[in-house]
Amino acid sequence: MSTTVNPLGPVLDTSAAPADARKVGELKPDLLLTQQHHMCPGCGEPLAVRVFLEAIQELGVAQKTIAVAGIGCYTSFSGTIDVDLVQALHGRAPSVATGVKRMLPDTVVFTLQGDGDMVNEGLQEVLHTAARGEKVTCILLNNGVFGETGGHMTATSVLGQRTKNTLDGRDAEYHGYPILIGDLIAQLQGAAYVARGSVHNAGAIARTKKMFRRAFEAQLAGEGFTFVEVLTMCPTGWFIPTAEGPDYMHETLGEVHIMGELKAAGVVRSTEELHDENVRRAEEAAAAKARDLAAKHQ
Amino acid sequence: MTATVPQPTTAPTRRLMEGSEAIATAAIAAGCRFFTGYPMTPFTEVLEHFARLLPDVGGVCINAESELEAVGMAWGALATGARAATGSTGQGLSLMQESFSEITLAELPLVIFNMARGQADYFQATRGGGHGDYRHVVLAPMDITEAAELTQLAFHLGDKWRHPVLIYGDYLTAHIQEAVSVSPIDFGELPPKEWAVDGALGGSGRSRSVSPLGFGKVGQPAPGIERHLRDIDAKQRRIAAQEVRVETGFVDDAETVVVAFGTPAKFVRYVVSRLRADGEKIGYVRPITLWPFPYESVAEAAAGARTVATFELCAGQMVDDVRLGVLGRAPVVTIGGISTDGSGFGVGPLLDAEIIRDRILAVHRGGAEAELPPLPVNERG
Repeated sequence: MSTTVNPLGPVLDTSAAPADARKVGELKPDLLLTQQHHMCPGCGEPLAVRVFLEAIQELGVAQKTIAVAGIGCYTSFSGTIDVDLVQALHGRAPSVATGVKRMLPDTVVFTLQGDGDMVNEGLQEVLHTAARGEKVTCILLNNGVFGETGGHMTATSVLGQRTKNTLDGRDAEYHGYPILIGDLIAQLQGAAYVARGSVHNAGAIARTKKMFRRAFEAQLAGEGFTFVEVLTMCPTGWFIPTAEGPDYMHETLGEVHIMGELKAAGVVRSTEELHDENVRRAEEAAAAKARDLAAKHQ
Repeated sequence: MTATVPQPTTAPTRRLMEGSEAIATAAIAAGCRFFTGYPMTPFTEVLEHFARLLPDVGGVCINAESELEAVGMAWGALATGARAATGSTGQGLSLMQESFSEITLAELPLVIFNMARGQADYFQATRGGGHGDYRHVVLAPMDITEAAELTQLAFHLGDKWRHPVLIYGDYLTAHIQEAVSVSPIDFGELPPKEWAVDGALGGSGRSRSVSPLGFGKVGQPAPGIERHLRDIDAKQRRIAAQEVRVETGFVDDAETVVVAFGTPAKFVRYVVSRLRADGEKIGYVRPITLWPFPYESVAEAAAGARTVATFELCAGQMVDDVRLGVLGRAPVVTIGGISTDGSGFGVGPLLDAEIIRDRILAVHRGGAEAELPPLPVNERG
């Protein structure tokens, strides 16, 4: 976060909301039956749900969409999202989605799962479904923690992350390494589109919505299996102040599970490549800034 | 109390069929359009026949990567209103139990084929096997002809009650060939599947959900989990009262009653009828539904009996239900036992009419305390 003060005053005065401003949370997406939810303050999951529902709405496929929900905090949205839904068991949504799609091949079928559901309990399900090239979209809400049980390590928790069963932080030697699930899926031939988004700021949310649109479009075009991971804040499960959620996530999970498209138009890019690209961009930006400064002082 | 199986409505064509093929053919005749399984002896051929036959009728058969995924795929297909089935041996069904429990709570009409390795899956089949308060309808055919009929009945009962139905077969059910005729059997009208998802109501405020959790969409009536569980309980009590199927023979004046199910029951039936011809007052009870269990038929048969025996190819599991039916009217003993071939998958030397005859006669003459002949040993190891 920049702390530089602009001597000309703020470009946009954010010290108080404009009189006609409305909170995004008050704007209910059409495909939500109520704007009320059971999530904790600062949770990223309602944002992710809003984004994929908006993508479905914008693509005009709400009347041929079927959701398959796993088990986690987000399961409470099973009762409030206004598309047909099959409630699956923890970890088992991809196989249930397979059965739905095979019987109704003209529908848009997506799963809604967390990292505990998909990467712990049901890892083989999502990999097999991807390898089979099932024309479904698996959505992973990844917060690196079992939020519903109260903050326990998952297979995506990052090294050093403190949880109720990694009290001194996740230690590679003792707890093993996090799984970069998107990279695994991107390697499979049946996967047509694989992306990792985030909801920690407005720009990330906008990019994530594009990812959802691309995934659903690829599914509709019959290109194969599609996958969108979304990093979501869980300040309760991370034991941090609510308002620090987005920054904490960007600096911890976001440094490991890096945002970007891991497979699109047949091109696979690893998380490591996304990381290197981010570093290169940051270095280029810093160099450009330095050149500007140098030019000003000449 | 004893329901009968209606006969086929169109002229059948008899053909020599392996049991597995007869089951797959009957399922497809009943409208099954989705099957998924994981190979495992002696269930494998059921999967093979579905894989061969389903595409020709516009159906889908998936070779699932695990039993967990097999039952999940069937779950999804069922949620769309399709008739769908899965299966395995008891070992594979152990892996599916979590889903069986929840599919029952989601009120989906799953048909499950257990081509069991013997009869030691009786508890698994009749006590649920997974978590929670549930029972599945369990149909136990004694031969291929009956397996083909009960397979069609299974899909009907599943839809009638929105409840899973399990077919309990074994190595012989899957592999023996019989001349069988399979044509669609009309069991009567069923309610439309208005609960099934098809995506069409998205955005209308009336979208559907198929859930085991007892809650649906906001604004729609939902029972909540406690009432949902009680509703399932009440439904299971109605099934128990209405769907008992049983065959009895020679029980009216029987001094010894033998209870057996599935393939061994066909042997017991044969042996008992021969002993009757010799003047021995012996009868048999053959439960066709293992759940609901024919407690009343067992009680009636036991009323005048000196001894009630079960012949099971396991250490004795159904004997518990027989004791519940007999309720102390007569001593109950199990005269079967553990007997397998060398692989553990197939049939052991105990399934032999002469050996069964000797064991029945031992309790008929000596009562429940009689010493049974030693169990035959599988010489081939």
